[in-house]
Amino acid sequence: MVTLTIDGKKVTVRKLSTVLDAARKLDIPIPTLCHHSELSPYGGCRLCIVEIKGMARPITACTTPVSDGMEVITTSPYIEKLRKTTLELLLSDHPNDCMVCERAGDCTLQELAYFYGIRENRFEGERRFYTRKDNNPFIEREMEKCILCGQCVRICDEIQGVGAIDFAHRGFKTRICPPYEKDLNCEFCGQCVAVCPTGALTGKMWAHKGRQKDIKEIETVCPYCGCGCSLTLHVRRNEVIRVSSREDTINEGWLCAKGRFGYGFINHPDRLTKPLIRIVPKNSQKSSARGGRSQKTLNSQLSTLNSQLFREVSWDEALVYVAKRLREIKDRYGPDSIGGLSSAKCTNEENYLFQKFMRAVIGTNNVDHCVRYCHSSTLAGLATVFGSGAMTNSIPEIGNHDVIFVIGSNTTETHPIIGLRIKKAVRGGAELIVADPRRIDLVRFAGIWLQHRPGTDVALLKSMMHVIVKEDLTDKKFIEEWTEGFESFKEGLNEYTPDMGEKITGVPKEYIIRAAILYGNAVRPGIYYTMGITQHTHGTENVFAIAKLALMTGNIGRESTGVNPLRGQNNVQGASDMGCFPDFYPGYQKVNIPNIKQKFEKAWGVRLSDKIGLTAPEMAEAALKGNLKAMYIMGENPVLSDPDINRTIEALKRLDFLAVQDIFMTETAELADVVLPAACFAEKDGTFTNTERRVQRVRKAVEPPGEAKEDSWIIIELANRLGYKMKHAFIEEVFQEAGKVWPAIEGITYGRIAKMGLQWPCPTLDHPGTPYLFKGGFPRGKAVFSTTRYRPSEELPDNEYPFLLSTGRQLFQYHTGSMTRKIDAINKISPEAYIEIHPDDAKQFGINDGKIIKVSSRRGSINIKALISDRPAKGMVFIPFHFKEAAANVLTGTALDPIAKIPELKVCAVKIEVVVLTVS
Amino acid sequence: MEEELLEEILASYRGDRGELVPILQEVQDNLGYLPEKSMVDIAKFIGVPESHVYSVASFYAQFRLLPLGRKRIAVCRGTACHIRGAPQILNRIEKTIGLKEGETSDDLEYTLETVACFGCCALAPCIRVNMDVVGEMTSEKVDELFPPVIEGVKNDQ
Ligand code: SF4
Ligand code: SF4
Ligand code: SF4
Ligand code: FES
Ligand code: FES
Repeated sequence: MVTLTIDGKKVTVRKLSTVLDAARKLDIPIPTLCHHSELSPYGGCRLCIVEIKGMARPITACTTPVSDGMEVITTSPYIEKLRKTTLELLLSDHPNDCMVCERAGDCTLQELAYFYGIRENRFEGERRFYTRKDNNPFIEREMEKCILCGQCVRICDEIQGVGAIDFAHRGFKTRICPPYEKDLNCEFCGQCVAVCPTGALTGKMWAHKGRQKDIKEIETVCPYCGCGCSLTLHVRRNEVIRVSSREDTINEGWLCAKGRFGYGFINHPDRLTKPLIRIVPKNSQKSSARGGRSQKTLNSQLSTLNSQLFREVSWDEALVYVAKRLREIKDRYGPDSIGGLSSAKCTNEENYLFQKFMRAVIGTNNVDHCVRYCHSSTLAGLATVFGSGAMTNSIPEIGNHDVIFVIGSNTTETHPIIGLRIKKAVRGGAELIVADPRRIDLVRFAGIWLQHRPGTDVALLKSMMHVIVKEDLTDKKFIEEWTEGFESFKEGLNEYTPDMGEKITGVPKEYIIRAAILYGNAVRPGIYYTMGITQHTHGTENVFAIAKLALMTGNIGRESTGVNPLRGQNNVQGASDMGCFPDFYPGYQKVNIPNIKQKFEKAWGVRLSDKIGLTAPEMAEAALKGNLKAMYIMGENPVLSDPDINRTIEALKRLDFLAVQDIFMTETAELADVVLPAACFAEKDGTFTNTERRVQRVRKAVEPPGEAKEDSWIIIELANRLGYKMKHAFIEEVFQEAGKVWPAIEGITYGRIAKMGLQWPCPTLDHPGTPYLFKGGFPRGKAVFSTTRYRPSEELPDNEYPFLLSTGRQLFQYHTGSMTRKIDAINKISPEAYIEIHPDDAKQFGINDGKIIKVSSRRGSINIKALISDRPAKGMVFIPFHFKEAAANVLTGTALDPIAKIPELKVCAVKIEVVVLTVS
Repeated sequence: MEEELLEEILASYRGDRGELVPILQEVQDNLGYLPEKSMVDIAKFIGVPESHVYSVASFYAQFRLLPLGRKRIAVCRGTACHIRGAPQILNRIEKTIGLKEGETSDDLEYTLETVACFGCCALAPCIRVNMDVVGEMTSEKVDELFPPVIEGVKNDQ
């Protein structure tokens, strides 16, 4: 520690701090333009100059380290005069554009000019003119306004790890630009926009929407991925016009392109505004989910289609109709003939109400949500082994791992902000091991890349475990104390030698050994995985294998040490927690255990069913067979997200009655008998739970369009019409009710999470929340090592279908695109579907980049544009599943994991043909 | 051909960040300028973003990002030449060949540059075309030397 005096006040700070840090600690203001606390010091703007006793000239506070006994003066007439001169020089070639500048009122340069009273400039000089306009869809770059502070360059390189821009040229011609001064082509995270102290970088979609006057700012949570970033919505006249994020948040103020620029769907003209009832029988209708039409024509077709298919009705008519149909079907075929799909996009409160509606009002456990398609194997796997299936650590703990093992997760694209934390940890010295069949972006940061064949994860992990046993890197004390069955499990590892591992996975055995030793020796390692692990017919076994790797090395239950499934959707954790499962009540309490059932019967005041309900794919199956007669779907689009589209459409068409509640006319809603217009995240209050179990506050920022209503209102109205009294004066009551039946969240109140969310378990009002799980043991006692064997995937390439197809997500689009594909800027950068294919394979088939090829599997075929890329390995192809014109899920199979019933979306066999297009 | 040459050059380096400037120099020595494609490959080779390579390449005056014209015209702007009418000569050349100082024509016929005195002050005003110095320039001589090119868009460096 070092003690120094600033403006006569004493302060003690850590060694290596700068004078600026020390001054900030004392809350003494020093103007800065090029400094950012998260970035390396630059010392370019010279505004932060201070006088230090004993030094002849003023020096920059942001680059000067403190020393003991230093005496600093931060302001004096002399210093202020120098600062003012510096500012005048900066402004000498600045376009004084404040009247029309998007940044006015939020611009550090403008603010400083204001404080220093600079109106006319003594140095009015030659101006720089850049005629070049950057045509990227997201970021306006007005480089005349750039003061060359370099913050954007450093943030892009140091935080985002992209390096899309840099200084170029020199002297008066110096400018910041992308290489070769082309259009910006990057991840469009907008981090650079957030830090730019001037109007040089702004959001293109901000233009002429409003600046600082008459703006309300509302703190809420991002509606896209499970990172759960805090968003500040800037609202003017009931329209969200800008999104930013505060620095004191879980995401440290960083966002990704979706969070920062993907808000256009909120005020989109295509939002559903009125309840609709079908007038045309659905079997005469062709679905728009197939065929190669563009989004634009599709939209206009859709709206004409809508008016032909549906008629607008009042809420009363719609609700009466839904209630009547549901009651008829229930009376005729019994409650189990009705199924419900809840939504990982909706709040905890809405999910709680939804499953309560299905259970208490309808009387069935047929309720599920999209977790089936992403992490049901995590739940089945981790819950079996540990007794709980969530991320065991918190996002901030990533910074303290010494080894990070990422398997089957394209983290930087699917969970961008967690990706940033991982990159930051690597910069701080952590070792990164990436296991992925594709050369994902994270590979650039990895010390070891294990490029295993898709579907061979168990073999890979087992041979790593083999090495760990062989090298004696197991944690015997931990195994002894906290687990059982290790001895026989160990036997089972014998056959998985690195040689065998190499044979099955294709990863050179030296790599397997190196990775195993690295992980085995680590002190605070973390494992991160997503759909690459779970979406297999052996998804649960993959998860088991991961859990065991952590158990045998004792790498769980400590800070920055654990197993972390990254949850896809913003509130998939919450929808799971709230019991939108056929076999669990809220809080993972089994529906078929009598005293648990009794507890819920008492809480809800009705008799409940103890029959485990149907999972989502089972519902489709039952609908096809005619056993399921009606479905109520809230905010999900199974037509695009579920495997084998044709079959899903068929199943939904077979239903006697389908009610869909959503914010847009989705492909699923098109098949509905009744469509109920819902409010989106920005139009309601409630909570989301992010992937690290953090319950965060969602706040209403704007009114819903037209007559759209909050999902909670719709559910409550329906329940009341079906004769079950649901009444909640305000939405927090629903959360409190959930807390009564699931004590792990009982200590959380809206008041406590007003600023920062809390991580469950948080059982009492004074409990601080739980950043990491399993400190001092597992909820179900000892963790069990059961033996699993490597099984190949259900459908592997053969002569007829020689390619292995994997599906997944990409950075800009989101899920089935109902939200992101409504946003012009995102469509511009990611307009259409593509299939990634290795250059060698492309050559062999005579495929050029951009050529349309036909991809077929045993279930169907699609036409799609080829993207030649070295990301997939040879023999493998990849399609993102966001695009309905070339829906990947036409191809995928419905083979299910026997335990979790998750479909194998990551591996299926396809063939590829070049198509000759006839111009129509 | 360029690609092979580049491969050959890179083969003699280790792929370190610090080798950037020497690599750029060697590539330019061999190719006459730094083609975009070569900068892409160099960035990959030494493991830095392309923006960084471009930053360095555009910083140093010695690096050329565009190929030079077949006729490289340098007009002297030294004192002697200046007094004896170099600005008018430059002006005249700019007009006839349709290029400004520092530019290269699209058809790669001409590059126009200016230099400080090249030591032929006795012949002022003088210019140099490739290696040949032409002294005592006049407007007529400009027209003789440079028959006008066909109008076209020019490269901006
Ligand atoms: S948007 Fe992100 S990736 Fe693109 S230049 Fe800015 S910081 Fe870099
Ligand atoms: S664009 Fe903005 S952040 Fe980047 S150097 Fe210029 S003023 Fe600084
Ligand atoms: S990382 Fe996820 S939560 Fe954060 S802004 Fe992007 S989509 Fe939203
Ligand atoms: S903030 Fe210190 S030099 Fe810019
Ligand atoms: S001044 Fe032109 S050659 Fe010397």
